[in-house]
Parts: sequence; C-alpha cells; structure tokens
Amino acid sequence: MTTVQYLIDGVSLGTIYGLVAIGIGLVFGVMRLVNFAYGELITAGGYTLAYLNGQPPFLAILACFGVVIALALLQERVAFRPLRGASPATMLVTTFAISFLLQSVYLLAFRGAEGQQGKVVSTLGGLNTAVTIGSLHVRWILIVSVIAGVVLLVSISLVLGRTSIGLHMRAAAADFRTARILGVRADRVIVFAFFIAGVLAATVSVLLTVQFPLVDPQYGVNVTILALVGVVVGGLDRLWTGTLGGFTIGFAYALFGDVLSSTHRVYLQSVVFGLVILVLLVRPRGLFAPWRRATVERM
Amino acid sequence: MRRGAAAVVALVGPLALVALAGWIGAGLSPSRQLEFGNALVNTAIVVALYVFIGNSGVISFGHISFVAVGAYLSGILTLGATEKNFVLPALYPWLRHTHVATVTSLALAAAIGGVYALVVGLPLMRLSGLPAGIATFAVLGITYNVLRNWEKIGPAAQALTSVPEVGVWTLTVGALVAIAVAFVYQRSRGGRMLRATREDPGAAQAAGINVYRQRLVAFTISGALAGFAGGLLMHELGTITTDQVYLELTFLTLAMLVVGGVNSLLGAVVGALSISALDSFLGDAENGIHLGIRINLPDGTRLVVLGALMALVLLLRPGGITAGRELGFPRRARI
Repeated sequence: MTTVQYLIDGVSLGTIYGLVAIGIGLVFGVMRLVNFAYGELITAGGYTLAYLNGQPPFLAILACFGVVIALALLQERVAFRPLRGASPATMLVTTFAISFLLQSVYLLAFRGAEGQQGKVVSTLGGLNTAVTIGSLHVRWILIVSVIAGVVLLVSISLVLGRTSIGLHMRAAAADFRTARILGVRADRVIVFAFFIAGVLAATVSVLLTVQFPLVDPQYGVNVTILALVGVVVGGLDRLWTGTLGGFTIGFAYALFGDVLSSTHRVYLQSVVFGLVILVLLVRPRGLFAPWRRATVERM
Repeated sequence: MRRGAAAVVALVGPLALVALAGWIGAGLSPSRQLEFGNALVNTAIVVALYVFIGNSGVISFGHISFVAVGAYLSGILTLGATEKNFVLPALYPWLRHTHVATVTSLALAAAIGGVYALVVGLPLMRLSGLPAGIATFAVLGITYNVLRNWEKIGPAAQALTSVPEVGVWTLTVGALVAIAVAFVYQRSRGGRMLRATREDPGAAQAAGINVYRQRLVAFTISGALAGFAGGLLMHELGTITTDQVYLELTFLTLAMLVVGGVNSLLGAVVGALSISALDSFLGDAENGIHLGIRINLPDGTRLVVLGALMALVLLLRPGGITAGRELGFPRRARI
C-alpha cells in the first residue's frame, strides 16, 4: 500500500510541475525565450490570495487570475517585446533581471513588520483534509490538482489543435519567420502565449498555496527552476515532451523524497540533478523526444 | 607592428581599469575598502566566466561551483589549527592536518577549480545550447547540496569563519592575474579556434576544428580561474556560507557579464566594475549621502533600482555596454 501512497504523492507534485512546464514551454515555443521571471507570476498570485484571506474563495481566486494575467501581459509588453531578436544570452539575462526586479519589489512592498516571515494564505486551506479510501490517505487538494491539470491540458490542446489562433501558434513555434511571412500576426500570437502562461501560473498559485501556504518574495523561484530543468530534460522542441518532463521531475522529486532513508534524504537534490545530467548526456534532445539522429546542433 | 600595438591597447584597457580601482580603493576608509575588494573579486569571477561563456558562446550556470570549491578549499587550508578543531570537528584527517600560506592556498584553489571543471567538462562539453546550461546548472545544484551537508569536507550548513583576510592590493593583483590569463588565452591559437566555433559551429568544424576539445580546454582554464577567484572571495570576506556561493552570485555575475558585453574581455571588466559600483552607491544612498544635493533612498530600493537599471541597459543596448568590442584605436574605414 505504501507504494501506491508514494505514487500518489508523486502524481500530486508532478501535476503542478507539469502545469508550470506548459507555461514555460508555450512561451519558449513562440519566442525562443526562457522566462525565469515566470516564478514571480506565481508569487504575485500567492500574495494576491494572501491579501484576500477573509474574502469568499471565488472572489479571491478571480482576483488572483486577474492580477497574474495582467502581470504576464505587462512582462511581455514592457520587457520582452523590445527584446525580440536579441541574442539568447541577452534574453535570458533580461529575464533574470526582471525576476530579480520583481522579487525586490515584493520584498519592498510586502515587508512584514518584523523579520520577513512572509504571508500565509488560508483561502482554500480546507482542501488539505484527507479522504480515506481503504488504507490510503488522499488529500482533496491532490484530487483538485489532478482534475485542474487534466482540464487545462485538454483545453490547451483543444485551443492549439482546433482554433485558428492555436494553428498560428503552432506555426509560429515551428518556424517563426516563415509563419510571419505567411501572415501570422507575431504580436497576437505572442500575447496569446503569455495570456495562457498567465492562466497557468494563476492556477499553480492557487494549487500551490494550499500545500505550501507561506508566501515570501522567492516563493515561485524553486518551482520555476525545477520545472525549467524538467522541460529541458523532457525535450524543448515540442510542448508535450516538455510538459511530460516537468511532470517527471516533480514525480521523481516526490518519489525519491519518500524512498530515500532519512540520513540520505538531505542529498535528494544531488540524486535528482545527477539523474538530470545522466539523461541529458544520453538524450540531449530530450527524454521524450522522438528517436532521430540530430543533423545539426541546436540553438 | 600596428597589430601588436593594438593588442597592447586591448590588454591595457581592462588592466588599467582594475589597477585604478585598486589604487583608489587602497587609499580609502576600511568600509570603503571592503566595497572595492568586493568589486575586484567580482571582476575576477566575471573574467573567469568570460573565458568560457564569452569565447565559446555556450552559457554555463555552473561556474559558481568552481568558485565554491576554490573558496572552501583555500579557506579550510589557511585556517589556524585551534580554530579548525573548533569550527570543523568532523573534517577528514588529511584536510585537518594540512596548513598552507594564503598565496599557496590561492594556487591550490585554482588547481581544484581546474580539475573539477575538467572532470565535469569531460562529459558535459558534448552538449550545447540550453541542455548545456541546464546540465551545468545541475552541477551547481549538486555542489551546493553536497557542500551544505557533508561535514567531512567542510563546515556544511555552518559558516566558515576566522579565515585570514587580505587587503585591497592583493585582491587587485589577483584580478590583474585573472585578466592577463584570460587575455593570453583569448589570443592563443586555441582561443581563436574557440571563437570561430562561437561564430559558426558548422563552418568551424568544416575547417577542422575539434569543437569538443576547444570547449573543454576553455572550460578547464575558466574553471581554474573561477576556483582562484573563489580563493580571493574567501580571503576578502574572511567568512562564508554555502548560500553566498549559489544562485544569487550565479545570476549577479552572469548579469555583470552580459551587461558589460559578453563578447569582450573589456566588457567583462566594465560590467563587473560598473554594477559593483552602482550597487555600493545605491547601498550608500539608502543610508543618505551628499552629492551636492542630499540623496536618501528608502530602505530596500537598492535592489529594485539595480534590477531596473540592468534590465534597462539590456533593453537599450542588447550587446552590453561595450557591445563586444575591446579597447582599440579608432578605426579608419577601409576601401
């Protein structure tokens, strides 16, 4: 039975990392931009929820989505649009700078009276209670996470597969210049990608703050970095490989956290990163990328 | 003749900037000296990053690992015997009984940085692009994790303290050495080959350049410089924790390199010095300073302004401040 419990923990964390991975992967697809400042969107959502603690959950969640989506669109307009076509290193470091800037703004704006304890979110705390099925304990939040994950995944694949904006996005991801020549509006596609990324980040804020309610200025950093590692491990070229990569790294983290003995658990990060290096060496194009000989080196 | 002279000018620019910083810093009050020392150490780290990232065009998030091992090794080896028994009771016997002078410890820091980079680079230099970035980041994550938990090789989660400190002059000489090494490498045959692979990997390969080997050489040299810079960092601060050589330093030094201009040595030096100077200035402004008018920023604005200015420079000047150029004679248009 414990094995099943481990798997459940793994799926729970994996879903959240998978959602972050889609957000990062979508923007990367159309812009070739790895957005390190994605984590600050999640943090912004967390703070919004924390400040609306007493309000009805529906309102708080709505506000969370509003703030996060607005911030995502603002990032695109102010920082990333002028950068289009800059070298990858410049784009990457600019996203660091934006991430750093937003973290400092949070630090300044939401400073506690004493000793930076952060803010606690209690909006959906009730979801932490567990249902017992046989000898298994399943927390409600896990069920909600998985449902939210599946619903979002299905709707995103419907949007990408069945609408014209989705078609434009796929075309832009495949070859941005050719897509533009063929009449795809670059601005619209990119803004739309950031919009979906914002929706995903807001969802992640809501789900994550139930499990980890203490929001501080660096709240979203670790999730983003790990999901990004997951995206690259899974394979950057396609959305679904990156998503699966994000899921896998979350799953692996939870699984090894349960399996390792308490003396070895402090080395959890080394174990996971060691596996990451191994996978990258064996399959640099990504764990889930189709088997095909690489002809030229990427990027 | 003219090319030789141009080379001298290109080397003199960065060296003069650093020497000037050291000269000014040495004459100031102790708290100011600390700020200048910090700027000089940052310069050494950024130059180390430049040797690999600038010349190869491959991004590495892992160099702070080499800084970390260099810092810890040189710190542990120069700690006095009594402090060592007190601070680091669980250390391996050979580490506990070895004691060296500060200068030797810097050389050993460079050696361990180089060896570590070589070992890591042997498999990882086959990668490029984002997979290379993520793999080097994983190395950083592992290094941090191990240094933070393994009590036989260091103080683990505790701070490493009471390490002998050195003055601004030593740090200046250290930064100058790093620049000289970077310059010699950049003008060597291998350095030129690597720069060719940066511009066009396919063409370089077709011309018979072994991309893997050239990257590995640069990675090792740059790892040795990073280890050396780590030693400088240790002896500048006198005390260090694992968090000081992790994500924040990685992002800050990378930002310095890109803001200065990733494709030139001058850019690395200019970026490191200007951002360090800006950081110190903003720190002072938070406490209130007189510059004709009285400037007094509210607490916490330092980081906000720093982040905003870095983003602004990159938006307005995507090639960095120097746009990848070395210092040189004004060019005459050739027909």
